[in-house]
Amino acid sequence: MDILDIIKPENQVFCKTQLMTDTALSYCPGCGHGTAHNITMEVIDEMGIVEDTIGVAPVGCSVLAYDFMNIDMTQAAHGRAPAVATAISRTWPEKYVFTYQGDGDLAAIGTAETIHACNRGENIVIIFVNNGIYGMTGGQMAPTTLEGMRTSTSPYGREIENMGSPLKMTELIANLPGVYYVTRQSVHTHKHARKAKKAVRTAFENTRLKKGVSFVEIVSNCNSGWKMTPNESNIWMEENMFPYFPLGDIKVNGILK
Amino acid sequence: MSELKLMKGNEALAEAAIRAGVDAYFGYPITPQSEVIEYLMTEQPEKRTGMVVLQAESEIAAINMVYGAASTGKKVMTSSSSPGISLKLEGISYLAGAELPAVIVNVVRGGPGLGTIQPSQADYFQSVKGGGHGDYKLYVLAPASVQEMSDFVADAFDIAFKYRAPVLILSDGLIGQMMEKVNLRDQKERMKDEDIIKKYGSWATTGKKGRERNIITSLDLQSEKMEARVHRLMKKYAQMEKEDLRYEKILCDDAEYLIVAYGSSARIGQKAVELARAKGIKAGLLRPITLFPYPKEQLFELADQVKGILSVELNAGQMVEDVRLSVEHKVPVEHFGRTGGIIHTPEEVLEALEQKIINNGHIRHHKTRESSIL
Amino acid sequence: MAKVKGAIVVNTETCKGCEVCIPVCPENVISMSSEVNRKGYHYAYMSHPEACTGCTNCGLVCPDRAISVYRVKVSE
Repeated sequence: MDILDIIKPENQVFCKTQLMTDTALSYCPGCGHGTAHNITMEVIDEMGIVEDTIGVAPVGCSVLAYDFMNIDMTQAAHGRAPAVATAISRTWPEKYVFTYQGDGDLAAIGTAETIHACNRGENIVIIFVNNGIYGMTGGQMAPTTLEGMRTSTSPYGREIENMGSPLKMTELIANLPGVYYVTRQSVHTHKHARKAKKAVRTAFENTRLKKGVSFVEIVSNCNSGWKMTPNESNIWMEENMFPYFPLGDIKVNGILK
Repeated sequence: MSELKLMKGNEALAEAAIRAGVDAYFGYPITPQSEVIEYLMTEQPEKRTGMVVLQAESEIAAINMVYGAASTGKKVMTSSSSPGISLKLEGISYLAGAELPAVIVNVVRGGPGLGTIQPSQADYFQSVKGGGHGDYKLYVLAPASVQEMSDFVADAFDIAFKYRAPVLILSDGLIGQMMEKVNLRDQKERMKDEDIIKKYGSWATTGKKGRERNIITSLDLQSEKMEARVHRLMKKYAQMEKEDLRYEKILCDDAEYLIVAYGSSARIGQKAVELARAKGIKAGLLRPITLFPYPKEQLFELADQVKGILSVELNAGQMVEDVRLSVEHKVPVEHFGRTGGIIHTPEEVLEALEQKIINNGHIRHHKTRESSIL
Repeated sequence: MAKVKGAIVVNTETCKGCEVCIPVCPENVISMSSEVNRKGYHYAYMSHPEACTGCTNCGLVCPDRAISVYRVKVSE
């Protein structure tokens, strides 16, 4: 069969969602952000809720998320996205409001906003992309940086004695009654990306049912910050990040697993 | 129903917010303005008008909640006092940069640092000269009575939405805590969601329906775009100066000496003018009601008429610099003010007017000028 | 039994040469071209097109969605 016969429009089974713009992603080659963006937009498209969805972009590599996500978006000050989302959700209770944040935004400067939005049980989705490093500012240590991991501000490796252990923010907030759904996923293989997409779908379905906070952590690579090739970084992530940040559901339907 | 009540300044502000059809208030307790959120929580305005009231986890969270609701076209406000306003300054800069309508209230207490809980006017610089980072200004309304503290809420929102800009109501602990008669305005309906979408749909992030996506951001990595943004902001402020300046003149027509004061100091200054007149001194009071825009032209003109000007402020000398800038060395300008939360008396003000201006007033250059409060 | 035949179309200017698509392909269809695009990236292409089943694994993991996937049933 000729290839031209195969690539006819009626035979297309996968392409980029219309809810991503034509703007080239500013993320490094192989970065999980791209996939995380796309699965989120695919979910919103498939649910048909774009007209009622408002996203809140953070400060970090994904500060420019609003250039890529073809939905209404507000860019929030560093760490404050859950507060911004709280207000949007409370003044427009029927809307689907989500934050999209990195590990510095959510677990360092934004710790209070994260915890309190979760504690109040705001009806929002929090998408937390955890790559254990501050990418945008050039690869500094993050609250989730692993012990021994070298970054530009932990050049000899993170020392527990000096800087504390990597912060398991997700497990912390899972204990809050206002949080309904907590899961940890990744997007580096097709299997993981499919599961992550299902998790994001569950999160937005929870919003529709007004269940409170849905918290989806996506453990991701940062090949630039980790100084590896994308494929190497995904293997490193499997071997080092996943044991400390294990994938799977942590809280479903309000009950800890 | 318009109503006449005896109320505390903070509470009159809160009641005015409900009646102005405000959609949401986000705040955090701090003396001397905790009554604002306490009153709102007790009144349960979600039952009266559907207004959202939430005690945030910090002043920082509160201003970012304001940013969130404002980005969707809702009428939203917050209040705090000096140290809490410092915490909000990043958020205020974001509101200005992202061109969002919102109202912030500062019930000023003594500072710097944790300071004191008694009143002061030491946040003039913070309010009028920036405070937050970057090229922006706030429209600043300075109430001098419980009535104004109430009236200025609706006025502030009118300005905020006229210009798509944050507005500051700069009160102080005296006005916030005192009780006076206040005529409360009729209840104004909150805007319906459909009407917000219709009116502000060109910019507000209410959900992409029937249009291109709206983005609320203050980031512009391309310098030409950032410069264009700054120019856009400056045009707004120029228009504010042209169209929305507010001030009050008391006994200025034949004045030989001028007191310039706002807020609590204006009330005290007005009494000092009375005392002066009783002594045969032709004193007058210029009360700026907006601190930005500032009555620069009016001061410049009055400087042709008067022999000297005393800026009376509860601080170590802040607005006096703007008075000097406005009169451009035409006449002596001095400052008088108590600090630390102490309120100067009309007698003290008159004594300062006599000592610093009438008897000893001359134009000083910066090299010879010591601190005005020592 | 119906067989499927697949094919991918790579937007060579969007592709950043990250190679994340290669390990997820069950049929070893994809390789990196020796050519580069305008940004200097080697882009992905079907080096074994006959083996493609249109499973969409590559499309799903591509962070830039540079890959569109096609599939057609072929009667045996």
